Amino acid sequence: MSRQRNSPVFLERASYKQRRLTDAARLLPLLGMVLWAIPLLWRSDTAEGTSNATSLLYVFGVWVLLIILSALIIRKLQVDTEPSQSESSD
Amino acid sequence: MISFNVLIFAALSYVAILFAVAFLAEQRAAAGHSNWLHSPLIYTLSLSIYCTAWTFYGAVGYAARSGLEFVTIYLGPTLVMVGWWWILRKLVRIGRSQRLTSIADLISSRFGKSTLLGMVVTVISVIAATPYIALQLQSVTLSFAVFAQSGAQVWDAADFNATALWVAVGLAIFTILFGTRNLDVNERHHGIVMAIAVEAVVKLMALVAVGVFVVWGIAGGPSGMLQRIETSDITLWDQDSGRWISLIFLSGAAFICLPRMFQVLVVENADERHLRVASWAFPAYLFLMSLFVVPIAVVGLDLLPAGSNPDLFVLTVPLFEGRNGLAVLSFLGGFSSATSMVIVATIALATMVSNHIVVPVWLHLQADQHAMMSGDVRKVILLARRLSIAGILMLGFIYYRASGGGTALAAIGLISFTGTVQILPALIGGIFWRGATRIGAALGLLTGLLIWTWTLFLPSFGVEAVISQSVMELGPFGIAWLRPQALFGIAGLDPLVHGIMWSMLWNAGIFVVGSLVSFPGPLERLQGAQFVNVFERSNAAPAWTSAATGAEDLLVMSQRILGSREAQAIFETEAARQGLTGYLPEVTPEFIQHLERELAGSVGAATAHAMIGQLTGGSGVSVEDLIAVADEAAQILEYSNRLEAKSAEQEQTARALRDANTKLTALSIQKDAFLSQISHELRTPMTSIRSFSDILRDDTMSAEARERYAGIIHDEAIRLTRLLDDLLDLSVLENGQVVLNEQTGDLSSLIDRAVGAAGLHDSLLVVVRDQTAEQVTLSADLDRLVQVFINVISNARKYCDASEPRLTIDVNHTEEAYHVDFIDNGSGIAKENEQLIFEKFSRVSDQSKAGGAGLGLAICREIMHRLGGDVAYLRRKDGTAFRVTVPKAKMSAALAET
Repeated sequence: MSRQRNSPVFLERASYKQRRLTDAARLLPLLGMVLWAIPLLWRSDTAEGTSNATSLLYVFGVWVLLIILSALIIRKLQVDTEPSQSESSD
Repeated sequence: MISFNVLIFAALSYVAILFAVAFLAEQRAAAGHSNWLHSPLIYTLSLSIYCTAWTFYGAVGYAARSGLEFVTIYLGPTLVMVGWWWILRKLVRIGRSQRLTSIADLISSRFGKSTLLGMVVTVISVIAATPYIALQLQSVTLSFAVFAQSGAQVWDAADFNATALWVAVGLAIFTILFGTRNLDVNERHHGIVMAIAVEAVVKLMALVAVGVFVVWGIAGGPSGMLQRIETSDITLWDQDSGRWISLIFLSGAAFICLPRMFQVLVVENADERHLRVASWAFPAYLFLMSLFVVPIAVVGLDLLPAGSNPDLFVLTVPLFEGRNGLAVLSFLGGFSSATSMVIVATIALATMVSNHIVVPVWLHLQADQHAMMSGDVRKVILLARRLSIAGILMLGFIYYRASGGGTALAAIGLISFTGTVQILPALIGGIFWRGATRIGAALGLLTGLLIWTWTLFLPSFGVEAVISQSVMELGPFGIAWLRPQALFGIAGLDPLVHGIMWSMLWNAGIFVVGSLVSFPGPLERLQGAQFVNVFERSNAAPAWTSAATGAEDLLVMSQRILGSREAQAIFETEAARQGLTGYLPEVTPEFIQHLERELAGSVGAATAHAMIGQLTGGSGVSVEDLIAVADEAAQILEYSNRLEAKSAEQEQTARALRDANTKLTALSIQKDAFLSQISHELRTPMTSIRSFSDILRDDTMSAEARERYAGIIHDEAIRLTRLLDDLLDLSVLENGQVVLNEQTGDLSSLIDRAVGAAGLHDSLLVVVRDQTAEQVTLSADLDRLVQVFINVISNARKYCDASEPRLTIDVNHTEEAYHVDFIDNGSGIAKENEQLIFEKFSRVSDQSKAGGAGLGLAICREIMHRLGGDVAYLRRKDGTAFRVTVPKAKMSAALAET
């Protein structure tokens, strides 16, 4: 019985993974929005305000993170089927 | 210092190289070697037209003035690209499936191929783009001036204007040459896209080169640079949260709504998979473009004398350091940014102007004269497009002249963005919400345009330019809540945030409300379903029902738009697909729809629809079509309904078959019963004949007994013969083979014959007759009639069970027939047997008394039917009555003859 169940479970998992990857692709811009909104909460009560270098590195760091995450998701998505096929059953 | 002429030479050489690149790309595409042109890399680089000269030069100035706020202009597009799965993927799929030519085409096509909406979007786009094009002209002119001034020339206003004019003319020529060579936008501008890709590389290299020089050449590496940034006068992070979020939203929305971005993102997209690569590669490009902006700004502020224009640091820092080569590269980068943006923007806008304003107006003017048959639309469209390109550049130049090229122009970039973004609600609503309607979209767009014009566009010309100071402070006619920068009394907001907020809120709000209260037309609903469900439906629903048009007319029209070769190729392919010889296919709705798509690729959906509509004369869609095709569910439902109907039909057939089977079974049972009856009837006399003949063989029998037995055998043989005679008679009668001998005779004598032959001499039966009534003459087969009478009378003799049996024979007549009633005084026939008595072998009472086979009445009825009359059982209170009906018609005819 376990032998019979093995292959469907495997296939199920693959398409399940694809679904979650598209979820990730959808959520990525939300992550970007949140991360780039966080500096707005920084307190600027110190005399010289927020450090220039820190803010610069933070904004650009988030940027690099988003680019890398997006590239990784696309890479994983590309391994499998066309998006239209996985979408149609979505 | 490099001479100004060298710079001119460098710029012209660069343009020449671009020409060569564009030309080669077109050549290769024409020769079919366009594979490498269709790579994700080229697609990504072509998106870089988002980075205009405003961002190339202006970002540094922006950073010097407002710190990190400049980065919002890149963060919005980054979020949109990273979130490609949401909007861009759908836009690209819709663009490909609907063969969209521009963003105006998208909106017009979505809302029922509306010409009005296409015009509105085109007008918004042109108004919003004009200042932006002016900005590009200004940047290029300023960068020329920087070199001229570094060469100790002093430029006055005339020099600026002349330079700007030459740049505008040069751009117009380049754009017309490569942008309007072919008409079908979906064939794509290979040359232009390739040139843009080269320019994208040049501007990135230029900015990175300056950045690397600044970081490593001046600041001494990254850590030194960070040190300088930390101690710089610029405050990088001092953001108003409203502005930060609004600007990210604004730039992201503009990235989708700008006509030029739509052109490269959707129209020029050759393969949907390119979008996947671009989704991370383009943010990376933006990242690199902005990485060195802050370092250049910081170093520029440190190095250059106070009061120098930070917008030009990218040029002036290398020049100040004596790096002339780097400065020229930087100049070319800025030049690239400006030219690529202007080229694509003018192509996109010219397409929109020609497809959504010029051609509809031209069609409208020519509508009475059946323009389709006379003018060459192709030439009109190309001419319109070329004139539009020149016109749009001229508008930009005029705006540049009018604004005086001052700093006011720099501020207008974001205002221009806000104008473009007014398209966003209609666009997003259109592709995600099936309930969005044309009226809602039009009202929303116009409201947004109005608020944008009042709060941002008109004030941008400067104080007292269009709106007077008093109106700004007190509102028009003293209405305070209409003040351009404090609508509804909400003052104190940043003017830009104020304008974005109110225009978007009202635009989206009116759009939604307008859509909710209005009702869309059939075509609108159909298009809505196709746009919103673009991933679910791969094939589109047929939009044309009436195909009452000739293939030749369609071909003539298509040739005028697509060119004769392409049009004929389409028609021949279709004819071949339909299996026809020759080049004219059958005009099917599918073909018309296909043709409309092809035409839409050249002139836009609304115009193509109108043109086809002129020829076919049909209103594209009927409500029935809509119901049948708009929803996939409807199709499935219909299919299942059909199946259901079919199965019901089969059930009906099955039931009919079952009934037939039952009938056949019953018939078979009847046949079996008949056979067994007949064999029984035949066997009974045979049995007695056999047994008595056996006895006769015995010799010891007395002569008297022998006589008796022979008599029995004789009687039985007679009975058998009679039975067989009856059967034969019946079968002859039933098969209609009987020959009737027409005779004329007296009824009375017939009855005499019958009574005499019925064997009444040895019975008690008394026959009561009315001799006068019987005095009628009949004309029929009299022998057969007598046979019937005998049968009925002998039945009475056999079955009448009264103690004094009496048979009354009554004769009366109606118009048509004589009725001879035979009424006895017996007990009658039970009601349940009334139907049986005329059946074969039916005997109601016991068999011994009857001595017949039960065929008598059956034969009687057959005879009477043959004679055109009938014999029927009359139900009475007492006794049994049979009525023999003999038709009069024949007799009266016979009487008439005599």
